Amino acid sequence: MSEPQTIAVEFKHVMKSFGAKHVLNDVSFHIDQGQAVCLLGRSGTGKSVTLKLIMALIRPDSGEVWVDQDNVIDMGEKRLSLVRKKLGYLFQDAALFDSLTLYENLALPLARLTKKSKDEIDDAVHRTLTDVGLGADGAKFPSALSGGMRKRAGLARALVLEPKILLADEPSSGLDRITASEIDELLMRRRDEHGTALIIVTHDVHGARRVADRIAVLDKGNLVAFGSVDEVSQSENEVARNLIKE
Amino acid sequence: MRWLSKLFEFVGKVGLFSLRVIVDSFRPPFEFAQFFRQVAEVGNKSLTLIVVSGFALGAVMTLHTRSTLVMFGATAMIPAVQAVSFFVEIGPLVAGLLLAGRVGSGIGAVLANMRASEQIDAIESLSIDSFKFLVVPRVLACVIVLPFLTLFMDFSGLLGGLLSEGLSSHIGPTLYFNRAFDYLQWSNFIAPTLKTTVFGFIIGSVSSYFGYTTDKGAQGVGEAATNSVVLSSLLIIVADVLLIKCIFFLFPDTAI
Repeated sequence: MSEPQTIAVEFKHVMKSFGAKHVLNDVSFHIDQGQAVCLLGRSGTGKSVTLKLIMALIRPDSGEVWVDQDNVIDMGEKRLSLVRKKLGYLFQDAALFDSLTLYENLALPLARLTKKSKDEIDDAVHRTLTDVGLGADGAKFPSALSGGMRKRAGLARALVLEPKILLADEPSSGLDRITASEIDELLMRRRDEHGTALIIVTHDVHGARRVADRIAVLDKGNLVAFGSVDEVSQSENEVARNLIKE
Repeated sequence: MRWLSKLFEFVGKVGLFSLRVIVDSFRPPFEFAQFFRQVAEVGNKSLTLIVVSGFALGAVMTLHTRSTLVMFGATAMIPAVQAVSFFVEIGPLVAGLLLAGRVGSGIGAVLANMRASEQIDAIESLSIDSFKFLVVPRVLACVIVLPFLTLFMDFSGLLGGLLSEGLSSHIGPTLYFNRAFDYLQWSNFIAPTLKTTVFGFIIGSVSSYFGYTTDKGAQGVGEAATNSVVLSSLLIIVADVLLIKCIFFLFPDTAI
């Protein structure tokens, strides 16, 4: 008998509105540990909001958001910081801190959220930067990096705490096909070698087909399809079928 | 009436924001590294501007004062007039307005850019209180640095005056400074210099408010910079009037 899968993230009847605009409407799904899920949907359908709800950067109007057996709704900052240690977040434009070097960008979360010594932080930063191919660029400021390098640097910062769950908001947007594939490779390696759950918001169907174990399709705030690539390709929902076409 | 309710809403929001700055300044953890980084930033960015402006203003003011006092045969009073004007009013007010332009716009633009590029979300995702990390150190840096910049402004003004007066009447530095400080009391110097801490608080809080709370993306960056300068400058001038009344009340000698 195979071991039951641990749930990494679960949404239970989540509703979220901004003013009169309903962004998420009774959304429920769960993602297992070690699974890669790609969130697809047209712009403004609540994909990035889903990631921010998982990170508890915003709170839902109703429903529950569970992260690794903790309901993050109404959680205090202290407990939330423990949950956030399990999460890594690659923002759409990397969101690197402009005033800090690459090294400092990665050292900051380690210094704030762990009790590692200076030497241990140095090691972890160097190792993570080397993993993403930026081992020699630690002293550079974000403004000196190309788009692809910024994305990789953002990924390095998201990975430096060795999170159990990695959230990535359009990791391949604005990149050429080759660089986008390199980012996809890094994500898949993380999942395969460390069992990290990946939740990726993307418009890149080609990349999603390569990376995803499951595809989730959001349309007008509703989760209209959730399943393997083949299952979504044969979904009754037309938007889902069209989105997954290459 | 709608504009009035919007005005009250805005004043309330800025007031609450400023109150949060004060409360969070005394609540650990303290962001010392960020604070010192901002002190260096604010000081470095503004020192040259303050010194050059003070020097030029001092020289020009002496030329104007001379043309008036010469009619009364009171040119010997020029250094004293220069010192009292600079230490009591010109130094604090002009330093405040220059800082509002130079640093206020920078704070507004930087924070708005950080909001637009999700850097503030990134800080929150690391469980770092972005308000304490970004806003409080910037406001405190303005509060601490502005009195020192004011002193630089005051003494640059005197030096500018010395140059101008030296060329006109060949007065030496020793006599100039002796005459300059003859009529200056500690109350003329301490209270006006310390009032710039209030100007610093206004610049830091108002600029941070516009930058930190913007939700207009890239367009919000320019707006935050402009609004920061306009409102900071306006509030500095209004606060100056109120603070002068307070200083006159607390130090009646200075009102004479």
